[in-house]
Amino acid sequence: MTAEPMTPAPRMARATSSASRLRVQKIGFGLLGLLAALTVLPIIAVVVYMIVQGAPAISWEFLTGFPREGMRAGGIWPAIVGTFFLTLGTAIFAVPLGIGAAIYLSEYASENRWTRLIRIAIINLAGIPSVVYGLFGMGLFVLFLNFGTSILAGSLTLSIMTLPVIISTTEEALRAVPQSFRVVSISLGGTRWQTIWRIVLPQSLPGILTGVILGLERAAGETAPILFTVAAFFLPRLPHSPLDATMALPYHLFVISTQVPGMPVQIQYGTALVLLAFVLSMNIIATVIRSRARKRRQW
Amino acid sequence: MNKIVIENLTLHYSDGTESLKNISLNIAANAITVLLGPAGGGKSSLLRVLNRLNDLADVEEVSGRVLLDEVDILDPKTDVIALRRRVGMVFARPVVLPFSIRGNLTYGLELAGERDPVVLEEAVERSLQQAALWDEVKDRLNDPAVALSGGQQQRLCLARSLVLKPEVILLDEPTSGLDPISTGKVETSLEELKKQYTIVLVPHSIQQAARTADYAAFFLQGELIEFAVGKDLFVKPRDKRTQDYIEGRFG
Repeated sequence: MTAEPMTPAPRMARATSSASRLRVQKIGFGLLGLLAALTVLPIIAVVVYMIVQGAPAISWEFLTGFPREGMRAGGIWPAIVGTFFLTLGTAIFAVPLGIGAAIYLSEYASENRWTRLIRIAIINLAGIPSVVYGLFGMGLFVLFLNFGTSILAGSLTLSIMTLPVIISTTEEALRAVPQSFRVVSISLGGTRWQTIWRIVLPQSLPGILTGVILGLERAAGETAPILFTVAAFFLPRLPHSPLDATMALPYHLFVISTQVPGMPVQIQYGTALVLLAFVLSMNIIATVIRSRARKRRQW
Repeated sequence: MNKIVIENLTLHYSDGTESLKNISLNIAANAITVLLGPAGGGKSSLLRVLNRLNDLADVEEVSGRVLLDEVDILDPKTDVIALRRRVGMVFARPVVLPFSIRGNLTYGLELAGERDPVVLEEAVERSLQQAALWDEVKDRLNDPAVALSGGQQQRLCLARSLVLKPEVILLDEPTSGLDPISTGKVETSLEELKKQYTIVLVPHSIQQAARTADYAAFFLQGELIEFAVGKDLFVKPRDKRTQDYIEGRFG
């Protein structure tokens, strides 16, 4: 390349005044603001719509009663209890396993082919459609391991589905703790585990909890994985053991919306509202934990 | 008396960065040994060998011997936890742990299983006195350590390593981020501390090296170029490269 003499940059054909450029910028920001507002609109619309349609159905009897008259009247208490137990069961399996895996990946494993493989597996696990989990859960837990259609089988299926969320958010939270804390702790005669237990975990706990809650929230709202593994079409009693089948909110909603003729619309929306409240309140708890921790954080 | 004897130490990182080439060096007890030289010369690597902190890094090869009180610490059978309690370290950037001032100090002892509040309290006061920080923080030991100024944080880090009553203190440019007054306080503490401890200091300037050194070693690209007693290295360097560095012709 030969060096060419510097030529002055070509002038803009039409000099724009700073006032008009400011105007363009204002329009641009306005447009972006509008787009941002548009993303808020759906969630507000959903919530408001559900409240308007479902609120009239909400009553003490609806929340604590058993379904009557082929589910066309009465309450949804068994479904609420079922979803609660399924979420709890999922937490029991997925939380220790997910956090343990994340600690291994973030704190112990070195970057090599094996850990890359694990990570790819986790990412792909997250991409599998939930109905496939449902079918897999039926094959493995219900039939092969002979747990039957049960809370145990459903929780295990939901756990597998939830694991990738918990693992990746936990790993992210662990990695956010400054590396220098670990080096200092080791230099003061700490073992790796002491360092994790006394510094890394307490510092990342809010992030981990957020991930756990978001994962469980997804589990609570899913229909497909429980379809073949736990959910009962109509079971007007509470489950007695983990090996019992149960009703659950998402599946109950599916059933009363598609399978029962002459279903009062109010009950459908009431059920949807309860499910929405269940999931959103978990979301709010996660948000509160995160923002309070951020204020207290010392790094 | 030599606290540490380094014999033919060679070290390579797997990514090919900073390494040590056949270093032999004696570090005297109750004195400040200064390691100086331009960045990338191997000073920090050498420090991190002395308490095996480079176990955390990707070290490809280490050979030679590093004798602490005549015991080779590179021996795979070495209890590195016990070693790190005997050989404390202060880093360039003050890293206070996300605890209170007191929590930072008691951390190392708690790791070692110490729970007696009397012992812990005594250790907190003693170490803060030694690091010349006691008067400034004695009324607010439960405050978060991050609330301290940079200079105070670094003295807290010094105190934190002193809590464990180490025999050797390694300091890697401990005053690089500090103002002259704080730097002066740290240097004064070091003068006091060397009566009890063996100190290895990577200074952040040639001036600091000249102020503090009882012994000085000049490192260049992983090699030990020159080692001298007292201020000789700064007054009459034997090697041309040392002289060029001292006089500021490179680095």
